[in-house]
Amino acid sequence: MIRVVIFVAVFLFSVCTFARTWVVAKNSSVKSIKSAIELAAKGDTIRIMKGIYKEGNMVIQKSIVIIGIDYPVLDGENKYEIFTIAATDVSIIGLRMINTGVGSINDISAISAIEAKRLRVLNNQFENTFFGIHLANCIGSVVEDNVLHSNAEVEHQIGNGIHAWKCDSITIRNNKVSGHRDGIYFEFVTNSLVEKNFSHHNMRYGLHFMFSHNDEYRSNVFQNNGAGVAVMYTKKVKMISNRFEDNWGASSYGLLLKDIGDADIQLNHFAKNTVAVYMEGSSRCHFTQNVFSGNGWAVKMQANCDENVYSKNSFLSNTFDMATNGSLVLNTVDANYWDKYEGYDLDKDRVGDVPYHPVSLYSMVVEKMPSAVMLWRSFLVYMLDRTEKVLPSATPENLKDIHPAMRNYDYNF
Amino acid sequence: MIIISAVNKRFGKLEVLKSIYAEFNHGKSYAMIGPNGSGKTTLIKCILGMVLPDSGTINVNGKSIANDWSYRNLVGYMPQIGRYPDQMKIGQIFDMIRDLRQDQSHIDEDLIKEFNLDHMSDKRMHTLSGGTRQKVSASLAFLFNPRIMILDEPTAGLDPIAVEILKEKIIAEKNKDRTFLITSHIMSDLDELTSNVVYLEEGKILFNDTIDLLKEETGEIKLGRAIATIMKRNLKESERV
Amino acid sequence: MMKIAKYVSYDILRNRFIALYTLFLLMVTFSMFSLDSDPGKATLSLLNIVLLVVPLVSIVFTTIHFYNSYEFIELLLAQPVSRKTIYFAEYFSISIALSTAYIIGVAIPMLFLNFSESSLYLIMAGLLLTFVFVALAFGASVATRDKAKAIGIALLFWFYFTLIYDGLILYVIYSFSDYPLDKVTLALVSLNPIDLARIIILLKLDLSALMGYTGAFYKNFFGSSLGVIYSVLFLFVWTLAPLLLAMRKFVRKDI
Repeated sequence: MIRVVIFVAVFLFSVCTFARTWVVAKNSSVKSIKSAIELAAKGDTIRIMKGIYKEGNMVIQKSIVIIGIDYPVLDGENKYEIFTIAATDVSIIGLRMINTGVGSINDISAISAIEAKRLRVLNNQFENTFFGIHLANCIGSVVEDNVLHSNAEVEHQIGNGIHAWKCDSITIRNNKVSGHRDGIYFEFVTNSLVEKNFSHHNMRYGLHFMFSHNDEYRSNVFQNNGAGVAVMYTKKVKMISNRFEDNWGASSYGLLLKDIGDADIQLNHFAKNTVAVYMEGSSRCHFTQNVFSGNGWAVKMQANCDENVYSKNSFLSNTFDMATNGSLVLNTVDANYWDKYEGYDLDKDRVGDVPYHPVSLYSMVVEKMPSAVMLWRSFLVYMLDRTEKVLPSATPENLKDIHPAMRNYDYNF
Repeated sequence: MIIISAVNKRFGKLEVLKSIYAEFNHGKSYAMIGPNGSGKTTLIKCILGMVLPDSGTINVNGKSIANDWSYRNLVGYMPQIGRYPDQMKIGQIFDMIRDLRQDQSHIDEDLIKEFNLDHMSDKRMHTLSGGTRQKVSASLAFLFNPRIMILDEPTAGLDPIAVEILKEKIIAEKNKDRTFLITSHIMSDLDELTSNVVYLEEGKILFNDTIDLLKEETGEIKLGRAIATIMKRNLKESERV
Repeated sequence: MMKIAKYVSYDILRNRFIALYTLFLLMVTFSMFSLDSDPGKATLSLLNIVLLVVPLVSIVFTTIHFYNSYEFIELLLAQPVSRKTIYFAEYFSISIALSTAYIIGVAIPMLFLNFSESSLYLIMAGLLLTFVFVALAFGASVATRDKAKAIGIALLFWFYFTLIYDGLILYVIYSFSDYPLDKVTLALVSLNPIDLARIIILLKLDLSALMGYTGAFYKNFFGSSLGVIYSVLFLFVWTLAPLLLAMRKFVRKDI
C-alpha cells in the first residue's frame, strides 16, 4: 500500500516538475490519443505510434506537443473535426489526418485553432479534409512542411486548405495544397509571411486574401487553380519571386488585384495564364522585374487604377501585352522589355528611340467582344493594328513606354 | 465506222450543230469542208468526246461513245495547234502517250523516223518551232495504227518537205481499211488525200458524197472550184428566200 | 492517273515560276530566322507570310497553269483515258509541285532552324492550304473558258478568304455582341479555310488567350487536341468539296 502511495507521489511529482512523454500505441498502456491528452500536463509530449485512430473530435486545451511516428492515421470518419486547439504553445507534428466531416455552417477542419499563440503545425499530411488547417485569432504561429490534398468536385462541398482569420505574425512555409476551395486563405491577417508553398489545382483560388495588410509572399508557386490568385482590400503587400502559372479560363487570373494599395510586386514569373495580372481599383502598386510570358493578356488594368508603376519587366510572347477599358490612364509604364516592340535604337543606348504602346487596338476590340479573339492573327486584324499604330484613334495615347528596352532583361528565376 | 444521228449542239444562243446525220465508213477518207464557224471543229470534237452533244447519238463501231472512253483506243487525233507542257522532252511525250495505251501491238514509228524526231528526243517542247510541234502531233496520231484518223488542218505550219512526207503517209495508210476525217483549207491537198466530201454550213451537212460525184454535179475538175460553186449556189438560194 | 501525274508534275517542277516560288519561300524563312533572335517570333512572322502567300500563289499559279495546258488536256482527252483520270492527274501534279516548293522553302529549313511543335503545325497548315487553294483554282478554271476571267475569280477567292470574310465575321460579332456567339463564331470560322489554318497555329501559340473565352464548350474544344483535329478535318472538306464539284463540271464540260 505504501509502495503504491510512493509510486503515485513520485508520479505526480514528476508530472509537476518535468515534461513527460506519453506513448500512444495499440500495445502500450495508453491506447487512445484522447486519454493521452487527458493524462498529459502542460509541456508534455505525446508520441503517437503508427496505426489508425478513430477518436472523433479531440480538444486540446493545454500546451502540449503531439508527434506522430511514421504518420499515424487520424480518421475523422467523415463526421468529426479532428483537433480543436484552444491553448498556447501547442505543436502538431507528423500526423496523417483524413476524412473530416463536412459542414455547411461550421468550418469543420482537421486542425482548428482558436486564439492559439505560438501554435506549430509541422510536417503533417491531410487527405480529404473539409478545411485543412483553420486558424482564428492566432498569433506567432507556424504552419510548415504540410501536404494537404482533397478531391472536391464542387466548390461548396469543400473548404480551404490553410485558412487564417484575424491572425498576426504567422508563417506559412513550404506547404503543398491541392484540391481545396482556396489553397491558402487569409482574412484580417497581418504582418505574416507566406513562403515557398505550392498551391495547385484548387477549385477556386490558389491564394486568396482580404484585409491582410503588411504581409509578404515569397517564392510560392500558384499553378492551375480554378480562378488563379485573388487578393483584395489590402495595403502594403509584398509579393516577391512567386510563380503564377497555367490559370486558364474566362474569370481566371494569374493574379487578381482588387483595391490593393502600395503593393510591391517583384521578380515574379507569370506564365501561360489567360490573364496574368488583372487590376481593379488598385493604387501605387509597383511591378518591377517581373516576367510575363505566354499569357493571353499580360496585364488587364481597369481605368479606376492609378499611380501604379510597371518598370523593368519582361513581356514575352503574350497574345496581348496590355488591355484597359478607358482612355484616361494615370499609371506609369516605363523601361520594360516588350518582345513586340519594333522600334529602333540609333544612339545605341539600348533604349528604344520611339515609345511603345502596349495596348493594341484589337485587344480593345476583344475586350468588348470576346468572340472576336477567334480572328486574332488574321490579315484583317494585322491591318487594323497596323493602321492604329500609324494613326492612333482608339487606343489610349498616353499609355506608353517611353524607354522600352531593346534587349530582354533575361531574368532567371 | 462512225454513225452520227440527230446530233444537236448549241453554245449558249448559238446553234452550232443542227440535227446532224452522217456515216463515216472504213476504207474511205472524208474531207470536212465548210466556211469558218460552220461547225466542223465542233463535229470533230463531238466524235472525239471533247464536246458532249445536247442530243443525238454517236456510235463508233456499233457502240455509243457516251460515257465510254475505250473507243478512243481506235482513234488517232492530230490537233490543229499542238501545245505541250513546256519542260517536257519530245521523248517523254511519246513515252507518256504510249503509257496510256493498252494495245501496243502495232506501233508505227515511221513518221518519227522520217521527221527525224528520234534524233531530238531530248529537246524540250518550248524550244521547238511550231512546225516541229506539228510533226510531233502527226507522229503521235499515227503511232498506234488507229483505225480512225482525225486530222485537223494537218498540213498547216509544216514545211513543204514535211507536208509531202505526211501526205505520202496518209495516202499509204488510207488504203488499209481505215476511216480518215481531214479538215483543211487547202483544197488541192484534200483533192489528193480524200475520196469523199462532207460539206457543212451553219451547222448542217449540205453535201456528203464522193468527190467524183461533186465534180460531176458542178461540172468542175478541181475540188476547190466545185466547192466554190456550191457555196455560191447556196448564197443565191438564201438570197432568193 | 499516276502515269500522267508523273510526267506532268515533272514538267511543273521544272517550271521557272515554281523555282522562283521556292527561292522566295527560302529567302523569307531564312531572313525571318536571322533577323529575329527569338525563334517563336520568327515563326509568327512566317505564319503571316504563309497565310497570305501560299493561298495566293497556289490559286493563281494553278489557274494560269490550267489554261496554259488547255491544248495539252485536249490532246489527253483524245487518248483512251477517262476525264476523271486526267482531272485528278492534273490536280495531283500541281499539288505535288507546289507542296514540294513549300517543303523545300519552308518546312525543311524550319525543321533545322526551329524544331518545335508550333513549327510542325505551321508546316501542316501551309500544306493543307496548298491543297485547298489548288482545288479552289480548279473550281475557278472550270467555271469559265476565259483565262482572264478565271484569274479574276481566283484572285477574288483569295481576297475574299483573306480579308473580306473576316471583316464580315467581325461585323456579325459586333452586331450581335449581346448574344452568346461561341458556337456561331466557330461555325463561321470553319467556312474559311485560311481561318481554319490560322486556328491550328492559334491553338498552339495563343491557347492562354483562347481560354479566356466563356463557356465550357470552348475549354473542351481548345484544351484538347479536338481543336486541331477539327480544323484539319474541315480543311480536308475544304479540299474535297471544291475538287469534286469542279470535277463534276469538268467531266461534263465542252473542251
